[in-house]
Amino acid sequence: MIWVLFAIAVWALGYWLNHWLANGPLRNTRAVVLAVPAIFGLTVIVVWEGLVRGLEVPGVILPPPSAIALRFATSLDILWIDFVQTFVKGALSGYAIGCGSAFVIAVLIDRSPFLQRGLLPVGNFIAALPIVGTAPILVMWFGFDWQSKAAVVVAMVFFPMLVNTVQGLADTNRMQRDLMATWSASYWQTLIKLRLPAAMPAVFNGLKIATTLALIGAIVAEFFGSPIKGMGFRISTEVGKLGLDMVWAEITVAALAGSAFYGVVAVIEKGVTFWHPSQRGRAK
Amino acid sequence: MRSVLPILTVVAAIVVLWYAAAVAMNAKWAQDQAGRAGIELSFGELVADTWSQDRPRLPAPHQVVAELWKSTGALALQGKAMSKRSLIFHGWITLSATLLGFVFGTGAGILLAVGIVHDRAMDMSVMPWAIASQTIPILAIAPMIIVVLNSVGIQGLFPKAIISAYLSFFPVVVGMVKGLRSPNAQELDLLRTYHASAAATFWKLRLPASMPYLFTALKIGMAASLVGAIVGELPTGAIRGLGARMLTGSYYGQTIQIWSALLAAAILAAALVGIIGMIERIMLRRMGMEA
Repeated sequence: MIWVLFAIAVWALGYWLNHWLANGPLRNTRAVVLAVPAIFGLTVIVVWEGLVRGLEVPGVILPPPSAIALRFATSLDILWIDFVQTFVKGALSGYAIGCGSAFVIAVLIDRSPFLQRGLLPVGNFIAALPIVGTAPILVMWFGFDWQSKAAVVVAMVFFPMLVNTVQGLADTNRMQRDLMATWSASYWQTLIKLRLPAAMPAVFNGLKIATTLALIGAIVAEFFGSPIKGMGFRISTEVGKLGLDMVWAEITVAALAGSAFYGVVAVIEKGVTFWHPSQRGRAK
Repeated sequence: MRSVLPILTVVAAIVVLWYAAAVAMNAKWAQDQAGRAGIELSFGELVADTWSQDRPRLPAPHQVVAELWKSTGALALQGKAMSKRSLIFHGWITLSATLLGFVFGTGAGILLAVGIVHDRAMDMSVMPWAIASQTIPILAIAPMIIVVLNSVGIQGLFPKAIISAYLSFFPVVVGMVKGLRSPNAQELDLLRTYHASAAATFWKLRLPASMPYLFTALKIGMAASLVGAIVGELPTGAIRGLGARMLTGSYYGQTIQIWSALLAAAILAAALVGIIGMIERIMLRRMGMEA
């Protein structure tokens, strides 16, 4: 009971603190902008801990954050092996192959307006389909190891990336193209000096969407069969053993890896598209 | 309409590639069989065989379509549309979980977005997490939700619907917040000169202005919901639903069954997103915004 009261008290405190900070005089400073979501996150974790302990929720339903943190700290080696198997081998290689080939093909079909008009709707359509469903097929074709996971990732990231790149390459206006023409720039000069740089915001949009898809693809593909390592494998077997603290530890790894992956792509984007209004506005 | 021909060309190219890939991938099995029977296959026979195997590595399109028809239309004509072998039955199981989750997820998402737009503290605390959550592979928690709810005695439709709701929730929150904030300063100032209350501003300006954003988010959320429901069927060894068809297909090497379930899921996704797109067009036209 004392834990439940504690949780309620912490919730009230966090609520009051955030209201005070968000409506106070310092509300637009960087520190407050960062502190408010942090306080919210901490409050949720403490309330979770308090309620699980106070209401004596069994660990097989919802383990308290402390148990998850403990499990995380004590099984770093397993988590690292799984991380390498799923993220580095499966997701990253698939991401590189899928996004790379989609980019190249987008540049190629960009020369033909006919293909563009045909591929864009089809690509948009396929991007909305449940591609994850191809996982059992690809696992059958490429075996249980990371190659099949990479193949699922390729299938998932290819079309979003293709559509975004094609749209990006169309993102120049008449004046800009005419300017290149007055300099009698060749196709390749126009492509490299004008259209590829202009396409970068859309390309990075595709790359950012693909980061999440890559992780999802790699993890879900492991539900269909995997060697005895990998995040998806660990999640599905530990769920079977009701080792939920380990599942949550894996989910933490997945969340950290997903955010870090996205963050890295966003940082690269900032460096490449520094000229774009969406980046310039944030610079100060 | 002028893009019909290019689209058809692309689709035709995909089908041709598919047939060619079927020949390439199934050739080894056909050669092995022929070798064992001591026959030499001519190229024509080889192609014919690769397109008509029982358990091909890659079924040809017509095999998938035939299987799909056999397990939907043909059964429906016999009046057994809801038998266990019918994809209509399995599709309905998945669809009901998808729709239930979608309604809950979008409803909660819209409510949270309204709260975020009107309460600064909520905006600053929740919004960064809602955005960050889009970079997280949320789908990974699907097996856990299913098993945990199963252990407290809840199973069937509801756990899958929770996963669907969870997946459609965040896109709707982010899209709806963007939409509710889309009125510009001039429009907001105009309502202030009318001395409009916050509620009136919401109903008369913010909500109508958010509609295009809402529909975009709904399409994303719907696709995500369907994926959630399908993945939700995988971990418990469920025997009903499109995801279960894929899983049993992969256990028993029934590739044609997997592909037809996949095709059914694709048709379902396309239909659902198409319906939302249609509602969007009608609604936006009535509101005077051409989509």
